[in-house]
Amino acid sequence: MEVKILKLELGYIFIKDIQFSDVSKVENGTLYVNKEEVKALILEDQNFKTADVELAKPGESVRIMPVKDVIEPRVKVEGPGGIFPGMVSKVDTVGSGKTNVLKGAAVVTTGKIVGFQEGIIDMSGTGAEYTPFSKLNNLVIICEPIDGLKQHEHEKALRFAGYKVALYLGALAKDLTPDEVEVFETPNLVEGIKMYPELPRVAYVFMLQSQGLLHDTYVYGVDAKQTLTTMIYPTEVMDGAIVSGNCVSACDKNTTYHHLNNPIIYDLFKEHGKTLNFVGVIITNENVYLADKERSSNWSAKLAGFLGVDGVIVSEEGFGNPDTDLIMNCKKIEAKGIKTVLVTDEYAGRDGTSQSLADADVSANAVVSAGNANEVIELPPMEKIIGHVEVADVIAGGFDGSLHKDGSITAELQVITGATNEMGFNKLSAR
Amino acid sequence: MKWASINLVQDRKEEKIMLKVVHYINQFFANVGGEEMAHIPAEVREGVVGPGLAFQQAFKDEAEIVATIICGDSYFNENMDEAKNTIIEMVKKYNPDLFIAGPAFNAGRYGVACGAISKTVKDELNIPVITGMYVENPGADMFKNDIYIVSTKNSAAGMRDAVKKMAPLGLKLAKGEKIGASIEEGYIPSGKRVNFFEKERGSTRAVKMLLAKLNNKEFETEFPMPDFDRVPPNPAIKDITKAKIALVTSGGIVPKGNPDHIESSSASKYGKYDIEGVMDLTEETYQTAHGGYDPVYANLDPDRVLPVDIMREFEKEGKIGSLHRYFYTTVGNGTAVKSAKGFAEKYVKELIADGVDAVILTST
Repeated sequence: MEVKILKLELGYIFIKDIQFSDVSKVENGTLYVNKEEVKALILEDQNFKTADVELAKPGESVRIMPVKDVIEPRVKVEGPGGIFPGMVSKVDTVGSGKTNVLKGAAVVTTGKIVGFQEGIIDMSGTGAEYTPFSKLNNLVIICEPIDGLKQHEHEKALRFAGYKVALYLGALAKDLTPDEVEVFETPNLVEGIKMYPELPRVAYVFMLQSQGLLHDTYVYGVDAKQTLTTMIYPTEVMDGAIVSGNCVSACDKNTTYHHLNNPIIYDLFKEHGKTLNFVGVIITNENVYLADKERSSNWSAKLAGFLGVDGVIVSEEGFGNPDTDLIMNCKKIEAKGIKTVLVTDEYAGRDGTSQSLADADVSANAVVSAGNANEVIELPPMEKIIGHVEVADVIAGGFDGSLHKDGSITAELQVITGATNEMGFNKLSAR
Repeated sequence: MKWASINLVQDRKEEKIMLKVVHYINQFFANVGGEEMAHIPAEVREGVVGPGLAFQQAFKDEAEIVATIICGDSYFNENMDEAKNTIIEMVKKYNPDLFIAGPAFNAGRYGVACGAISKTVKDELNIPVITGMYVENPGADMFKNDIYIVSTKNSAAGMRDAVKKMAPLGLKLAKGEKIGASIEEGYIPSGKRVNFFEKERGSTRAVKMLLAKLNNKEFETEFPMPDFDRVPPNPAIKDITKAKIALVTSGGIVPKGNPDHIESSSASKYGKYDIEGVMDLTEETYQTAHGGYDPVYANLDPDRVLPVDIMREFEKEGKIGSLHRYFYTTVGNGTAVKSAKGFAEKYVKELIADGVDAVILTST
């Protein structure tokens, strides 16, 4: 049957508390979790030596570090496919039907450090102001790898452990009646023009981290390094079609939670049919080879032109090397007469006077800034640490002497998971 | 005896430590005079003078303007080293907690003076400084990376608005408090990026910005790209003796009586005048319309700003091919960059059509 309008209903079940219990279930806004079942699930993967599960709630004097990924529990209720297609579900196309969400809960993965770009989540104090995850009821899974496990094997194992646990929790919501439902509809191109002939046509150019060496993103299970720029329905992203497999600087890495809750997609939908026609999403990568950069940015501009859009929002992931991809995308799209707005963070140095981006162009005249990631902050000591606190000195944004005897940490904003997210998830900015 | 000691305690409680402020202004704001008094050297007076009163009111009992230094804009700009040294000595005597200059709004020489003296006070005396200017004041670009310059309106009508922003920021500086982002505190963005929390999340701001851009509405980027303001020079004239040269000026030279009423500031138009057969500009035939410099000498001999006489000499001697019969003029005083650009975009087409090879552009 021809689908002229792709429709997805997100059903939110609001989670206000999380507790351990004999039976995993959701009742009256509380998520109850059977610890042993979760541990067993993790240990199905023989790459793990031990696994543990902890809770971290808003306002607690708790520090989680090093944080690898944050994932929101969701479940398909109706419609084809399963959450995280191509990863822990089959590759059927998602993005339509009904999906339930445990809103207010998250799975946080930690354990021995994989690379050296994991982050910190503080559930209270200064640090809590900079991460959205301090406001969630977190199930933290601490997974220790077997000895001698290679980095990329470790990263993969931890990645899958996170999704499995998220699916396990999501499943608890399958038969529940949502507290609130939001509907997202994407008409096909022809239908969209018929419905909104007068509205400006807008696309979202979604840049995915693909620098390799633990800096990867997966689309239906495919490594974004190996993809050509292409298109995807915005609602497919809501069902976990795109997941994080990277360990870039915690502050501007898009966690899987960010992918599921992409705020640019959400805010474009809000205006869709009113002030603009949200035509679709172009996904493009950030490979490190020049030929790949040229090819991908050429393709983004080509697709934007082909779609006949009037404007695009471009979001970057990461910094430095991908700044060049950001500017290439901008220049080439602007050259086609299509207006751009870029969303990025800044690396202006600790004193804020260095050039914020590694590349620049006069056509990048509309930029939203997610703040200077180099700003140095003081994190107060926390009563409880979940994970490994000694990594403070080595994670990106930390330095020799970051961790003080009293447990406080002096480090750049870079260390805080999600602090300068470049999808514009937060209110932090700079001038 | 008890009665006496109670009084002493009360006295100590009431003894507020007010911050001391020294204020720098020019001859105009001191009510000494206009352009004709711009040559006066620096002098110091106790307490407030002119706009200092507005600052004093804004400071309430937190700070007191103990002295006001008055200096002519021409004097400062033409005797900068001497003026700086004299003023530094004056400021030293009062040992203030804060030094305020201006605000200068869009007055160029005043802005440069405020910026220069503020920077000197900061660098040499280590005293917190603050000034205020309109963003297009040349002093702004020159000093925004050295000192805090509050962004003001472009004329003295914006005094209240300027004081409203300068006073609180000045107090913060004097107390050594942390200074926030430019957009929060009201100063002209310097080269230093400062984090702060917006009211809306980035994605919402991005959508709004795109809608503004798509609808040709005004928007402000949150991160201006590094400045690309350089105009690459054209290749040199191969044979100047054959070249047709036009005179263009922002010095405001116009036919006597200013027939087209070009404004003395913030010009909204330019003039195109025929000097066919005119060998020399005189007091009887031409004048300046520019309100930003002392007009006396330009009015006595307008060639001083638009050198028609010299160009005619060169024509006669064969040093240039010819002087173009039309000159273009406007008043550069406080004229918006956008406006100036717009004027040139129009008349450059005529210059090209008329076969002009080169332009001598005089400014003041």
